Amino acid sequence: MTSIRLLGRWVINSVLRFGRATMFLMATLVGVFLILRRFRLIVQQVFAVGVLTVLIIVVSGLFVGMVLGLQGYNTLVDFGAESSLGLVVALSLTRELGPVLTALLFAGRAGSALTAEIGLMKATSQLAGMEMMAVDPIERVMAPRFLAGFIAMPLLAAMFTAIGVLGGYLIGVGMLSVDSGVYWTSMQEGVDVYDDIFNGVIKSVVFGFVVTWIAVFEGYDAAPTSEGVSRATTRTVVIASLAVLGLDFILTSLMFSEV
Amino acid sequence: MSQVDTAHDSLIEIRDVGFSFGDRKIYDRLEMTIPRGKVTAIMGPSGCGKSTLLNFIGGRLKPDNGDIRVNDISVPSLTRRDLYALRKQMGMMFQNSALLTDLNVFENVAFPIREHTELPDELVKNLVLSKLQMVGLRGARHLMPAELSGGMTRRVALARAIALDPMLVMYDEPFTGLDPISLGVIVKLIREVNDALHMTSVVVTHDVAEGCSIADYVYLLGQGSVIGQGTPEEMSGTKSPEVRQFMGGLPDGPVAYHYPARDYKEDLFQDWPDD
Repeated sequence: MTSIRLLGRWVINSVLRFGRATMFLMATLVGVFLILRRFRLIVQQVFAVGVLTVLIIVVSGLFVGMVLGLQGYNTLVDFGAESSLGLVVALSLTRELGPVLTALLFAGRAGSALTAEIGLMKATSQLAGMEMMAVDPIERVMAPRFLAGFIAMPLLAAMFTAIGVLGGYLIGVGMLSVDSGVYWTSMQEGVDVYDDIFNGVIKSVVFGFVVTWIAVFEGYDAAPTSEGVSRATTRTVVIASLAVLGLDFILTSLMFSEV
Repeated sequence: MSQVDTAHDSLIEIRDVGFSFGDRKIYDRLEMTIPRGKVTAIMGPSGCGKSTLLNFIGGRLKPDNGDIRVNDISVPSLTRRDLYALRKQMGMMFQNSALLTDLNVFENVAFPIREHTELPDELVKNLVLSKLQMVGLRGARHLMPAELSGGMTRRVALARAIALDPMLVMYDEPFTGLDPISLGVIVKLIREVNDALHMTSVVVTHDVAEGCSIADYVYLLGQGSVIGQGTPEEMSGTKSPEVRQFMGGLPDGPVAYHYPARDYKEDLFQDWPDD
């Protein structure tokens, strides 16, 4: 009986929380329109959320591309199809690994930082102070951060993909016996701008929206204590990561399913 | 004891306010009048809802019933837009100062000016420097909040609270945790700023000596309503046991020393662990 009651409470709390998050999103979207004229605030946040995440994205993209090059070559060479290495690397990155891994890294680096920053602002009454100065924290703090995440995520995913393709080239052409011209030609012939690149961009836009929404909301909704901020930061990484993987499945089945 | 003359110019009127946090009743038919142009201290033991009162006045909380009027405007019934317009005429100094940690002292004080006006940078600079000069921190304008002492942080918060020359400034526990020199500075500043800028000040505190030293009028809260009011002199000479216990800092009295519990002997002979 107790477990049923606990389950019921969990469901009710989850629904209430989702309702709060949705209302928060609506208010933030209104704030985004109001904040558009304050270009400097947006640039500052794009720097904090996007530029400071570039290093981890570039390094990760390089390693993922190199691993793809190595694994792809070892598999393809058995079938005498190593000339398709460029295509395999590019499709893997543009369709899946670029958007998904960037979103996971973004949730871990920028998402957690956003939640912790906003949560601490709440815990130290900075948000309350803004309210008392007749400054809406959703418009002044949340909206620029949300917009920055939304802008930064597709750009970071594009960077991850481009560096990954170069990583695959370094291994496939630099270390193994794939011809440089063949590597690029197979990519050029096999990668479709709409089916592959555009769909990948859509994925990264959706992931950017969801991850930033979760991160900003968790910070805003955090209990104003050190434990509350810590829990909110953990929730951001866990929920955002699961949301990215779940949404990836849904988007992939919508975009690439032949059924 | 004297009552505030409501026919006289009052800035804030709190009428028949009731409020609960869950099952816990904070206020029951609270009545207060804050005179315009004066420093009013609201005192009471920790947890009696003093800060909640400031949240009512600032419109961050709504009472369960009753009305709060600021400058003859009913705060609980304001729309968000009108509430924000009213807040531009209010300043608030939080207990932990609530300075924006990513901005330096100058930018913290400039924050409300930049947010609410289109003034040129030169004028913003002059305004901010004049406020910082008032609190004695013009030379610290480049420091970040993390580089300030507790007393300096409060002074910056005070400069920010008066940046837009509000009609009302609210202070939430401004004396807590300060060294004697910083304490003296804050006490002096609250009085001087109020008189120099012709504002109204509401100081929420449980520090009796400091509260009485600057207040023109004192309210003492307890058990959900006002248990004493008057000038500081009247409060010191009162015969009310509740007021005397608080003003004298007596450990036992109408506010019991012991948290409610069952009989001590019964507790000692109870099987352990108890429920």
